[in-house]
Amino acid sequence: MNGRAWKFKDNIDTDLIIPARYLNTSDPKELAAHCMEDADPKWIGKMQTGDFIVGGENFGCGSSREHAPIAIKAAGVSAVIAKSFARIFYRNAINIGLPILESKEAVDEIHQGDQIEVNLAKGEIKNLTTKSIYKAQPFPEFMQKIIKAGGLIKYLKKKR
Amino acid sequence: MSQTISQKILAKHAGQKKVEVGQLINCKVDLVLGNDITTPPAIKEFEKIGVRKVFDKTKIFLVPDHFTPAKDIKSAEQVKMMREFAKKYGIVNFFEIGCMGIEHALLPEMGAIKAGDLVIGADSHTCTYGALGAFSTGVGSTDMAAAMATGEVWFKVPEQLKFIFKGKLKKWVEAKDLILYTIGQIGVDGARYMSMEFTGPTIAQLSVEGRLTMANMAIEAGGKNGIFEADAKTLAYLKKTKAGKGIVYKSNPDAEYKMVYEWDASKIEPQVSFPHLPSNTKPVSKCKNVKINQSVIGSCTNGRIEDMRVAAKVLKGKKIHKDLRCIILPGTQEISMQMIREGITETLIKSGAVVSTPTCGPCLGGHMGILAEGERSIATTNRNFVGRMGHPKSEVYLSNVAVAAASAIAGHIVSPEDL
Repeated sequence: MNGRAWKFKDNIDTDLIIPARYLNTSDPKELAAHCMEDADPKWIGKMQTGDFIVGGENFGCGSSREHAPIAIKAAGVSAVIAKSFARIFYRNAINIGLPILESKEAVDEIHQGDQIEVNLAKGEIKNLTTKSIYKAQPFPEFMQKIIKAGGLIKYLKKKR
Repeated sequence: MSQTISQKILAKHAGQKKVEVGQLINCKVDLVLGNDITTPPAIKEFEKIGVRKVFDKTKIFLVPDHFTPAKDIKSAEQVKMMREFAKKYGIVNFFEIGCMGIEHALLPEMGAIKAGDLVIGADSHTCTYGALGAFSTGVGSTDMAAAMATGEVWFKVPEQLKFIFKGKLKKWVEAKDLILYTIGQIGVDGARYMSMEFTGPTIAQLSVEGRLTMANMAIEAGGKNGIFEADAKTLAYLKKTKAGKGIVYKSNPDAEYKMVYEWDASKIEPQVSFPHLPSNTKPVSKCKNVKINQSVIGSCTNGRIEDMRVAAKVLKGKKIHKDLRCIILPGTQEISMQMIREGITETLIKSGAVVSTPTCGPCLGGHMGILAEGERSIATTNRNFVGRMGHPKSEVYLSNVAVAAASAIAGHIVSPEDL
């Protein structure tokens, strides 16, 4: 995974990620078109497939709408790196297979536009612009299994 | 075996005697809930699992309430998908217009939840049912899909927080103010991943309706669940709703809490959360010259009969400010009928307010009272995020019912005391 960093503040809520006015559909493409609209309406036009969202504390707080990680994933974001994630967003991201990484240090030191490389298996975040490497918080083994399977539904199918 | 109520319920549903904080457990669920926004993606995921039936036809509750009565074609399609899914799998508890309500007002009222239950819902405010002594939490659509197939869900056993309230509430102070105050004190992530247990003499004095309001907003502090020990009031409520008593769990006195907060509730004023976070609270006396265009009274937070009575008490014989819209959203059909029986509906309409059918409506910027650019609403709802009730440059101020009603008369944010 390789792309540019787009920085967002603390407490990015699910209404900022995908406003409820667009929730009369769950089509990933339609949702992606409005991703982060109320945080930065121009962002979706500026970002490129493979880029990273870098959030602060409590990323994804608010509603349980899975449309939020779906919109981010469908927009082509490689992964979300944040200091911390709100509980339901964290579950949803793992369940739908949107990679998320927790690292306070990385978030503090990554600047807007920095070139980032992530190795998910190692939980490693590389800032290619500043040549720094960060270790993300490791996932418990059980969650790693869900992530490896490609989400909760694929994991359940495998188990059956 | 020192455990909290939340831990005891989790342990019971995981088939274990005791659970440890941080432990990953698999739990059997007593009820799975979904609405018209979250169920359609859950249905798509459910169909991918490849099971022929749901785990229990009576334990899945589907409540189209967010964009209903359907506000546009796409919303109608979402409800249609739910309706057909319910029919296909024989799901008994699908609530169509006419018998529906705002999910978190409807389920307790109809006796769907009892003490000691473990409930998940694809709606973040599922934490509401903790008021009845149940462990109840919000999840996403994929978790809902998996639970509809298996009747199970995984949890990480959360850390525990305790909130003790002492002292008699001042006039016009409601349960809503206690939870807004709590969120103001600890922040929107002050209880992230944790259980919030509410207790103390003030809590004992609160009605079950008031406790439902408090538990409803646990998520606004990032909490996994909010919970109250079931007491005589809870049991009377469960008896009235024919829910059955369930199992009453109590926290052991020596149970471990990450933090214990103790507050003198007699010093708490009605609270107002300023844009754009519920934690941005101020006492109402500090709200000067905040002109508003709209007042919204109702929602899963404050749409119960008790709330409607407070609104009527403040608005009786008064007129809504001419520059302002006041929208009342009763939680359920039963509440609407009770309002008519008590003359509340007439009082509200005479004051110039409009009384809606039950819907989440404007609370999430859906319909029935959307704000234009630059407009402000006071609301008894639960979130004041950017664009929550409409235009990204509109503003929402959260308050209790009495303040929202008084402000509707004054045209700016004010305590009923100062009318």
